[in-house]
Amino acid sequence: MSLSLPLDARPADPALEGIIKLAILAVGGQGGGVLTNWIESLARSQGYHCQATSVAGVAQRTGATIYYMEMAPGDVDAPVFSLAPSAGDVDIIIAAEMMEAGRAIIRGFVTPDRTTLIASSHRMLAVSEKTVPGDGMASSEEVKAAAELAAQKLVLADMDTAALKVGSVISASLFGALAGSGALPFEREAFEEAIRAGGKGVEASLRAFAAGYDLAKNGEEPKAEAVKPAHQEIVRPAGPDMAQKAWASLEAKVAALPEPVREMARAGLRKVVDFQDTDYGAEYLSRLEGLVSRDSAEKDYELSREAAKYIANAMAYDDVIRVADLKTRPQRFNRIETEMKVKDGKLLHLTDYLHPRAEEIVGLLPEKMGRKMESDPAWMKRIDRWFNRGRRIRTDSLRGFAMLYFLGGLRGWRRRTLRHRMEQEHLESWLKMVSGYLPDRYAMAVEVLKCRRLIKGYSDTHARGLSKFDKVLAGARLVESRDDGPEWVARLREAALKDEKGTDLDGALKTVESFV
Amino acid sequence: MAERSFKAEVEHLRKGTGDTFTGEGILAITKALLENGVGYVGGYQGAPISHLMDVLADAEDLLGELGIRFEANASEAAAAAMLAASVHYPIRGAVTFKGSVGVNVASDALANLASSGVNGGALVIVGEDYGEGSSIMQERSYAFAMKSQFWLLDPRPNLTSIVKSVGDGFALSEASNSPVMLMVRIRSCHVTGRFETRDNVPPPLSVRDALSSPMRDFKRVVLPPMSYAHEHDKIDNRWPAAEKFILENRLNERFGPEEGKVGIVCLGGIYNSVIRALQRLGLADISGNTSIPLHVLNVTYPLVKSELLEFCAGKEAVLMVEEGQPEFIEQQLGAMLYKEGRTTKLEGKGIFPRAGEYTGQIMLDGLDAFVRQYAPELLPGKVLAPNTPKPELPDLTKTVPIRPPGFCTGCPERPIFASLKMVEQEVGQHQITGDIGCHLFACLPPFEIGGSTMGYGLGPASNAAFDGGGERRAISIIGDGGFWHNGLSTSIGNMVFNKSDSVAIIVDNYYSAATGGQDIPSSRAKNKTKSTNNPITKALQGAGVKWIRQIDRTYDVTRMRETIREALTTEYDGPKVIVASSECMLNRQRREKPLRNKAIAGGERVEVPRFGVDQDVCTGDHACIRLSGCPSLSLKKLDDPLRDDPVAHIDQSCVGCGNCGEVADAAILCPSFFEAKVVHNPTGFEAWYAGLRTKIISWLQTRRAGARLTFTGEGA
Repeated sequence: MSLSLPLDARPADPALEGIIKLAILAVGGQGGGVLTNWIESLARSQGYHCQATSVAGVAQRTGATIYYMEMAPGDVDAPVFSLAPSAGDVDIIIAAEMMEAGRAIIRGFVTPDRTTLIASSHRMLAVSEKTVPGDGMASSEEVKAAAELAAQKLVLADMDTAALKVGSVISASLFGALAGSGALPFEREAFEEAIRAGGKGVEASLRAFAAGYDLAKNGEEPKAEAVKPAHQEIVRPAGPDMAQKAWASLEAKVAALPEPVREMARAGLRKVVDFQDTDYGAEYLSRLEGLVSRDSAEKDYELSREAAKYIANAMAYDDVIRVADLKTRPQRFNRIETEMKVKDGKLLHLTDYLHPRAEEIVGLLPEKMGRKMESDPAWMKRIDRWFNRGRRIRTDSLRGFAMLYFLGGLRGWRRRTLRHRMEQEHLESWLKMVSGYLPDRYAMAVEVLKCRRLIKGYSDTHARGLSKFDKVLAGARLVESRDDGPEWVARLREAALKDEKGTDLDGALKTVESFV
Repeated sequence: MAERSFKAEVEHLRKGTGDTFTGEGILAITKALLENGVGYVGGYQGAPISHLMDVLADAEDLLGELGIRFEANASEAAAAAMLAASVHYPIRGAVTFKGSVGVNVASDALANLASSGVNGGALVIVGEDYGEGSSIMQERSYAFAMKSQFWLLDPRPNLTSIVKSVGDGFALSEASNSPVMLMVRIRSCHVTGRFETRDNVPPPLSVRDALSSPMRDFKRVVLPPMSYAHEHDKIDNRWPAAEKFILENRLNERFGPEEGKVGIVCLGGIYNSVIRALQRLGLADISGNTSIPLHVLNVTYPLVKSELLEFCAGKEAVLMVEEGQPEFIEQQLGAMLYKEGRTTKLEGKGIFPRAGEYTGQIMLDGLDAFVRQYAPELLPGKVLAPNTPKPELPDLTKTVPIRPPGFCTGCPERPIFASLKMVEQEVGQHQITGDIGCHLFACLPPFEIGGSTMGYGLGPASNAAFDGGGERRAISIIGDGGFWHNGLSTSIGNMVFNKSDSVAIIVDNYYSAATGGQDIPSSRAKNKTKSTNNPITKALQGAGVKWIRQIDRTYDVTRMRETIREALTTEYDGPKVIVASSECMLNRQRREKPLRNKAIAGGERVEVPRFGVDQDVCTGDHACIRLSGCPSLSLKKLDDPLRDDPVAHIDQSCVGCGNCGEVADAAILCPSFFEAKVVHNPTGFEAWYAGLRTKIISWLQTRRAGARLTFTGEGA
């Protein structure tokens, strides 16, 4: 009987087009609630019906959060609004961080038929990106590429920096970008009035609003390339004449290197000379030249470039002298004062957190004496008792500064230390392994060079890095005669960089052992 | 003091007849309580009704003026027990907590309350945050309503309907002598809107006055034989009375045409989602006028059989829109139709997924499938043949990292777990249980500590099987909130009585922090209506704990680690309890920052600490982050061709808690960290002396620079 009921299909209500659906994706603590309140009071002030809601709760503790609102012109009779965004049915997305924009795209909230995407391009790294021993940062480029396809209109700029620059927070610059995007049918003055009505930090918010508005209207200025001379050799280091002369001759040697190697060699040279002196720089170049002579243009000097990088890193190891030297430099003091905004009569108290162990102290001793003590547990225990404790050093005080200044000044002594000897031995045996693969196993040599990346950190972390380095090199020996040997070494190295404990690396090594 | 203050909004609660209220759902509910002559209110915080507790606390003056008693109950059980006042007295009472976990805790009291029945209206406002944003397992309080037979309201999520349901709830409770549960979802709690207010009504009988003439109704005592009689009373009197009230007052609503070949039955709480899907299918207009008959259950329990059968009459098919499982309503409706011999086809689960939230897309797909199957002629052509293909977008699921909630910047709990992780790195993994609260974030990376959570205050109790001890002692974590909620008796009492050879760490951050910073007995703040500053250690002593270690600064990682080590290795074989105390940084910043800014502006000498990393000393191994996870400790890519990996970097959001430096020291990670304390408005002497020092230091620096090559930039 119900079949005959006179129910006509009707077209969609044209008034439905008048509903504006807006979602804000933010990270807890970014002020998504404030932004929501502004937009809501703006809509109401313009005679619109408006409904906002959020999923608060524990999620607001640094997690991804979402705010959602809908509005419709005031002449509509009691509109029914949704309390949650639906895929394919959102007009405006405001993403307060780059990966949150990505999340909005994943969830289908950004579609080319309707969505204006207003996103801040800055990054707040998730824990999973930060804990990787290597580089675990997600690719903003991929999100940007997807956003360009997904959004009908895209406003993408660093809204965080824009707000911070004028002493405000991102919610205000995003509100400005929303105004500038023209996605809402309201005048700029109405937006600003909503900020004034909020009554808190009005002036700073209005400044950030204006910055966001301009970014939406005019886009971001292309990043000014850091003023960096194309040819770094023109920038001469400052210093005594003798050293200047020595530097000039080293520069000349770099200039004599094949073109593809020069840039990296110059950076490497700077690093080792800065670490020690020009003699040390000469040693660096002679090591490098040894490999360059066995390299060729056919290979685009890949081996030499990697060697230029990693030999420098290996030679400029992090010992007590280096750390103390870096910590007492004027450039460091200037950087910290700028970063901490120490000006207008403010003072800076600078406390360094140092924790030397017996190993570091023994490393400073002459080789022979150091080796003796190192092999004597009783001595190591004694030295630990004397030195091994956390030290908070007030580097801005005369006493603290003097101590670090003294240590930093031991560069002349460095070549006699146990640590230096150990580093040299390690370096030599690694380079010997590299040259052993030349000329026939060129790719293996390159990969083994690159493994130096695994050695970093201090104390336990350094030891763990060394052991990973040794493991990967041992793995390399297993596959050295295979055609895919180099790929395997690369794979082992990547695995070692993935997790701290080296579980991935051990797994990869097992695989290698299974087929050799 | 709670994290969010409602002091300003609370003024709106004074509005009277003829005014319009604009604001959040939570405030609307509070206003409705006042308009309905409530005599006492209480509850226990937890999302999504934490703010309701905060509003009530901030409205205490107004409540006092009206003669309403407000109690911040110790737990949901205490809150539900408070409704006992409405058993014998004709006083309306309302309590609030979160479902379903809060309802679990309260169930003992709720069952007794439901058995007794009530004289005054008894309302439980339960925040049920099913789906996205829910911090709990996905269960439904519905089962409790069924088993204890109290009534369940689930109003449409707009302020007018929510406010009306408060009044309806009280009246229904009184008409049927049964407690009533008003369910609000997370988004309804935070939804904003407007409604017409009425004057506040003081309770006809206040709890204070009731004390002058105590009342007692023997019939309501839950003991045999009265409890047997209660069961009959429920079936014979209370339930029919409830049905009658629901029908007479039209608590459930009908929308759309009187008749149709198909119909939809939905819960009030998801009405808006249903309408949105119908709007998108061209079956409803902007104001919700639908072309498919819609029966909205603002009362989801009990179901009024006659009403539902009448709605189904003559319909070929009816769709039940009910989230979650089991599908209690669908099952009841199915039984009703079957027993009546009806042929109406009942759809619900099947068209809809059995588990998970009905998101916009799922709702759209479900309604589309239903209408397509049973009444395709209703669908507009555009919907029948969609002509816009979905755009192909690159898959970002592998790119975009997950971002679960975690410890805030400067959180005092971070160093506790950093210490615990370091101890585990030294001596191996331990059996560790967690509890409910912010500290549960420790089970996520980078700490990955603990896993099981059996309930609030149950952390140590859930290690009971391991109380006998062994090679490595079991460790449990419990927060100060959980401690006072349930932990003192259920967890600590249990440890003492059973001579537990294990370790409990009480994370004391001065608040019930995860729920929004409400005060609890051990809070350090002065609270004019509550008793605070009751030390946890004293309670532990009272309960019989002998081995207690109080740590007053959790950021002292070295000490924290030593204390944990001691607890794990001491000869003492009874319960070992560490109380790790430092104030929740979120609340501390909220409290101190305005004061500090004022002091600086006023010319006072103020030290503001922040931490930093020397980028040339940092080697980019990120070991510090694996022991921290602090949001302000992040990474930075250097413009240096020699560097492969990004280095650690501390941004301006750092609050200077010192955790990173302490950890770098205690774990001997690296010498990269420094504390930069900026001294605002230094004293004259201080400034002079600092100038002198700077001169000497600069002279030394210039002297060294003159003897070596100096490149532009810092460490080249």
